[in-house]
Amino acid sequence: MNTASIEGKFSQKWHLKGLLITLLIGLIFWASVRDIGVETTFSWDQFWQLLAEMAHPDWSYFPVIVKPILQTIQMALVGTLLGTLLAVPFSFLAARNLVKNPWLRGLVRFFLNIIRAIPDLLLAALFVAIVGIGPMAGVCALTVFSFGMVSKLFYEAVETIDEGPSEALTAAGANTIQTIVFAVIPQVVNPFLSYFLYTLEINVRASTVLGYLGAGGVGLYLDQTLSMFRYDRTAVLILGILAVVLVVDSLSNHLREALA
Amino acid sequence: MQMSKEHGWRRARPWLIGLAVVLLYVWAFSGIPMNSIKSQALEVTHSILDGLFHPDWSYVYTGDGEDLIAALLETLAIAFLGTFFSAFLSVPFAFLAAKTKKGFQFKSSLGKTILTIIRVFPEIVLALMFIKAVGPGAYAGVLAVSIHSIGMLGKLFGEAIENIDRGPSEAIVAAGGSGLDALTLATLPTVLPEFMNYTLYRFEIAVRSAAILGIVGAGGIGAPLIFALQTRNWPRTGIVLLGIIVMVTVIDFLSGKIRQHLV
Repeated sequence: MNTASIEGKFSQKWHLKGLLITLLIGLIFWASVRDIGVETTFSWDQFWQLLAEMAHPDWSYFPVIVKPILQTIQMALVGTLLGTLLAVPFSFLAARNLVKNPWLRGLVRFFLNIIRAIPDLLLAALFVAIVGIGPMAGVCALTVFSFGMVSKLFYEAVETIDEGPSEALTAAGANTIQTIVFAVIPQVVNPFLSYFLYTLEINVRASTVLGYLGAGGVGLYLDQTLSMFRYDRTAVLILGILAVVLVVDSLSNHLREALA
Repeated sequence: MQMSKEHGWRRARPWLIGLAVVLLYVWAFSGIPMNSIKSQALEVTHSILDGLFHPDWSYVYTGDGEDLIAALLETLAIAFLGTFFSAFLSVPFAFLAAKTKKGFQFKSSLGKTILTIIRVFPEIVLALMFIKAVGPGAYAGVLAVSIHSIGMLGKLFGEAIENIDRGPSEAIVAAGGSGLDALTLATLPTVLPEFMNYTLYRFEIAVRSAAILGIVGAGGIGAPLIFALQTRNWPRTGIVLLGIIVMVTVIDFLSGKIRQHLV
């Protein structure tokens, strides 16, 4: 016991843990730098030239991008709605206080974890291969993406509800469906709506680049202007995206504050 | 009279909101052509699922640096370096954006606006801009992740700075310490665990974005994936997808464990 405390003091005195962590991070850093080959030189003239072109937006291009930007919002709205609707039953199945069977719950959560591990653009690439180029692929990608994200937020909301009302209903002889409809849903409507809006914000942001892979919306024009080296037009696009995202974010923040 | 008018508005409000939402969605659905699904959609889905269940195992390791392991490691390296640099780059922005006084503060509003603009700027466009400067490859990906992550890390760091107890730093200043002393001896030690927590969280997100940056040629696993999809090599698509899912899950798990220790 005595030696153990001395050893404890020794490792504390020389900050062994901190040193090891620093060493580990240093090692990962060194390995990463080697793997990537950061010695490549940064060509500032190319970069400045690009920035200079982007600093003079070609406003005559603006009318062309209004429709795709609106389509982007439409895709985000539809994708968020479908994903959220799909997420409701799954979130009930994954909630600890509703499903007592750990195997079923574990299975549902495993499935949700896998869905959540796939990045949004990757989903877009997959759905472009499946349903073809167009906004439909974007809607599918956003549906699956928001499904994965929203289910987790939803089942966590369901797990934090007050058990009183559902216990009272069960005691009065209600079955599971009745308990969910009259005791659980009234308690989770507000957090659900709030998460819906939050997901919409993220989806608007995501949908602006999905088109880069051919999944509809304004991203397609991002690809076109960049490959034609019309950076003045890219700048208009980025400013348009910035405006839409800011408007949607502030609207959604406003509504979420009203809901809370 | 006024009362009943108020009452009528109250009763009509949920219906009006409902109507507005329905109209919004009618408009939204009208923009999505529903009949545009390709006829072979089912067939392709089947092939992708088949590829997922019968992946091309030979691609996992070939030893020539063009295999799955090498691509995944490169993805992790991009995410690690990008997050590492942005963690340092974010700190000045965080101090700029943090609101340290009551009422309107110009430097805080300025900092928050800059961070919002960085956050909204699409990462793919950043990657393409950096490809212009350094050529295609993982280095462009690292730069894109480093700059893009500032937007979110700066915001989270700034909020952490806003929420700390000002007592210790005020005490140091009162005892004759300089502003720098207050910063290094009181503010930084208090916010450091939270900074590390957010950095790890951001690393989880960076792994996901590094996995897709390859689509535009900025290194990592994205390029082999898009190539496999375009050549309709489904077993190859399957193994790359599995690789990404396993990598993201493992990183999330490890980072979650470390973060539990930190907080």
